[in-house]
Amino acid sequence: RYPLTFTADGTNNTEVLTPEAKVTSHNNFYEFGIGKSDPVNNAQNFNIKPWQLTISGECDKPYTLDLDDLTKSFALEERIYRLRCVEAWSMVIPWVGFELSKLLKKAQPNSRAKYIAFETLHDPAQMPGQASRRMGGGIDYPYVEGLRIDEAMNPLTLMSVGLYGKTLPAQNGAPIRLVVPWKYGFKSIKSIVAIKFVEHPPASTWNILAPNEYGFYANVNPEVDHPRWSQASERRLTSGGLFARNRIDTLPFNGYGEQVAGLYKNLDLRKNF
Amino acid sequence: MKYKVILFKIFVHLAAFLPLANAYYLAFTDQLGADPVEAIIHFTGIGAFNLLLLSLMITPLSKRFKISILLKVRRLVGLYSFTYAFLHLTNFLVFEVQFDWSLFLSEILERPYITIGMAGLLILLTLAITSISLLRKKMAKNWQKLHNWVYLAAVLIGIHFYWSVKSEIIEPSIYLFITFILLAFRFKKLNKWIKKD
Repeated sequence: RYPLTFTADGTNNTEVLTPEAKVTSHNNFYEFGIGKSDPVNNAQNFNIKPWQLTISGECDKPYTLDLDDLTKSFALEERIYRLRCVEAWSMVIPWVGFELSKLLKKAQPNSRAKYIAFETLHDPAQMPGQASRRMGGGIDYPYVEGLRIDEAMNPLTLMSVGLYGKTLPAQNGAPIRLVVPWKYGFKSIKSIVAIKFVEHPPASTWNILAPNEYGFYANVNPEVDHPRWSQASERRLTSGGLFARNRIDTLPFNGYGEQVAGLYKNLDLRKNF
Repeated sequence: MKYKVILFKIFVHLAAFLPLANAYYLAFTDQLGADPVEAIIHFTGIGAFNLLLLSLMITPLSKRFKISILLKVRRLVGLYSFTYAFLHLTNFLVFEVQFDWSLFLSEILERPYITIGMAGLLILLTLAITSISLLRKKMAKNWQKLHNWVYLAAVLIGIHFYWSVKSEIIEPSIYLFITFILLAFRFKKLNKWIKKD
């Protein structure tokens, strides 16, 4: 990991950041194993050179970014965001990256571009979870995700190339990942190799696995429980051991309703969870 | 022989208690992963299941290989399984929902996988209480009848585990498979017992 150059977060964040050691050792990244500490243990030799991210599909100017381009093509900025996992824990993380909209606009999407489909690297030789169903939790790889184009163009939606001022560790989705702070963490797909403009709603990995538990939208919503647990509150992981009193109420859209609630004003969020 | 039994019991105590003490020490001092709450809940849950299956292995093993000393620690292993299971639930109340009693109760009643886990724990609680020698003598024949419920507890706990995971079903499937193998050893006995009632 090396330090990045970026402009500091402009908001007056008052929330306690999750310590870097926790952000980088507590990860759901089944490509490197199903346990929370499997990714940090199994991803240390993950080689991101060479890397190619292709932007294609319904657009006039498809293009490809190489590894160096990821941190150099767009001005980097820091964004301190809450991350709410669907498993009812959360973190506060200082990401470094750029708005996804900048990357998308450069490709000049056409009128059929209604959704964006994302895809993670598929490399079983480097990702043991993709080589073994036991290690990979029975997921069909590569991991795929999707957003509606207006969600993708929202200024909050970030392509992250770093955290805590340095490039991303492998376990957090190096070299480039998505961060959509008002949605459950599984939407924020890691180690992306392909971004495609598409006309129809793209498939998303957890929705394929359990459509009754994980919807396409996956907006953080305290009113709609996961079938097996409540989403009304969450545990905020900062520091402190077992006695950290860290259970807090979950906010609609993870507290970003002011910026994003308008995207869903005509949608029944109970049905479109 | 008596001396050997005492030594064996001390060994079982250490093997069951030291990992537990170690896990709590690490969790209290924030060294058990980034989320010590999740970690201690998983540790005690899987520990309870391991010990329960171990206690169910004792009878077939001691019969097959004629190691009678194993039977001397069967109760102890069973009681440790209950202890781990009880701590598993306590962790959920104290550290996960943090004494939000209404959330605690609604989760137990509304989430089927927690409901059946709770049912399994109540069975283990009943068995733990009636494992006292005095009660065992008083209950005479009924004692064995009651303690056959341990097999139902094992199945409930197996389903609880299977149902609790997101997609990684292989490990809980292996546990369920082992549970049914252990049940198969008692097939005749259980069949007779069920028909009689």
